[in-house]
Amino acid sequence: MNHMTEEELIAYRDGESRSREGFSTHLNECADCRREMDRIEAVFAALDILPIPDPGENYGNRVWAQIAPRLPEKHAHWWQNFLQPRRLVLAGAMAALVLLAFYAGRVTKHPGPDVADAGKVRERVLVVAVGDHLGRSEMILMELANAEPEKGQKLMNISTEQKRAEDLLEENRLYRQTALRDGDTLMASTLDELERVLLDIANSPNEVTPAQFEAIQKRIAAKGILLKVRVVKQELRQKRESAVEPQPHGSAATTERNKI
Amino acid sequence: MKAIIEASATQAVTDAFAVERTLAGDRDAYRVLVDRYSLYIYRLAFRMTGNSHDAEEVVQEAFMRGYQKLTQFAGNSNFGTWVYRIAANYAIDRIRQRKVEEARQATPSKTTEDGLEVDPVAQVKEPSASPERLAGSAELAAKMRQALDELTPAERTAIVMRHWEGCAIEEIAAVLKSNTNATKNTVFRAVAKLRKALEPFAEVRNTVRAMGTES
Repeated sequence: MNHMTEEELIAYRDGESRSREGFSTHLNECADCRREMDRIEAVFAALDILPIPDPGENYGNRVWAQIAPRLPEKHAHWWQNFLQPRRLVLAGAMAALVLLAFYAGRVTKHPGPDVADAGKVRERVLVVAVGDHLGRSEMILMELANAEPEKGQKLMNISTEQKRAEDLLEENRLYRQTALRDGDTLMASTLDELERVLLDIANSPNEVTPAQFEAIQKRIAAKGILLKVRVVKQELRQKRESAVEPQPHGSAATTERNKI
Repeated sequence: MKAIIEASATQAVTDAFAVERTLAGDRDAYRVLVDRYSLYIYRLAFRMTGNSHDAEEVVQEAFMRGYQKLTQFAGNSNFGTWVYRIAANYAIDRIRQRKVEEARQATPSKTTEDGLEVDPVAQVKEPSASPERLAGSAELAAKMRQALDELTPAERTAIVMRHWEGCAIEEIAAVLKSNTNATKNTVFRAVAKLRKALEPFAEVRNTVRAMGTES
């Protein structure tokens, strides 16, 4: 076999080569081509040293602050609502749902008209997403509630928890509004309280004195938010489980819960 | 086709809700998407444009255009991938525009005694920029920036998306509005040019590094 050309070597490295096996054998046997490949690798390795400057913490917030005033208000038309993107987006959400093995079994075991019901699918998707969101929120709240300053410690760094709380705020707002629109009052009020606590954490200084930290802990405890989050999370889990097992009166649980 | 930006199932779901609410008139819902994907887009934009100022402009413009075209967003793609393509296309325009501006601002071309045009790049080359000196990371990085700047916008896009972002040829072809064979050739030309420009320095650097390891 002749020596490999530069193009063939690059294509081989990229996994784009058609006769991969033949080239692989040739590379094992031909020291010249191996040397040539090493030279190409050296160039790619050199590319990796190009540094990317860090745009700074909260870069997303900064971008938003710059573009938000320039974004025009969107007025949804009836035909837009009826026709597509959001319907297609829902179809995308359905695909994401199918990816969740949790539901995959149900879909294959009990195909029926209810599976194709976009409203029900949407509700299930929301159950999964909010459950995940509450799980992450609970973790932050627990970490803060259980942390204690070390003896003689003057300042406590809570910047990690702050960043995580800040990351959760926007999603929280989105779920709260969706719950409100869907008439799920308990969910909406829990998310509303959670939002205030997350905002409180996000707006605290990076480093707090033990006294300030205790005040944050007291505010978390006073609102009983951890317990509420756990209750709603537990209900969502039950809802997910009841969605897996066929239930003739599937919507009853939601109706009952909203009566509380 | 593999998504350029992989989104977890939960992310895909929350993206879908954010898109839905934005389309329903809740402008603030778009913030979730901006917050989630800004950094990804910034990295791509920096590698394509080579400077923070242009990269930040690309990020803002990509999200502005994304918002304006949101009704065209189809649910068969994830939002991250979609806005990534918008950003890559705008970055190409920005690089082209910059090259035109630079050419306009450049001093009139000089000619040698025999009437040949003097190569401006050859003129700015440092006489002391020996391979040994460029073996240092900072200098190699500077050399590389120069080599990347000398690629055409399409070549630069191709190498950034292929090498750093790990995109499939089909994805790159979609951004370049080209076919897969032509895109493969573009990737090859980019690598060959970078190789020509960087190989002496990259090799020396590797040798220096190897010597350091051995000693």
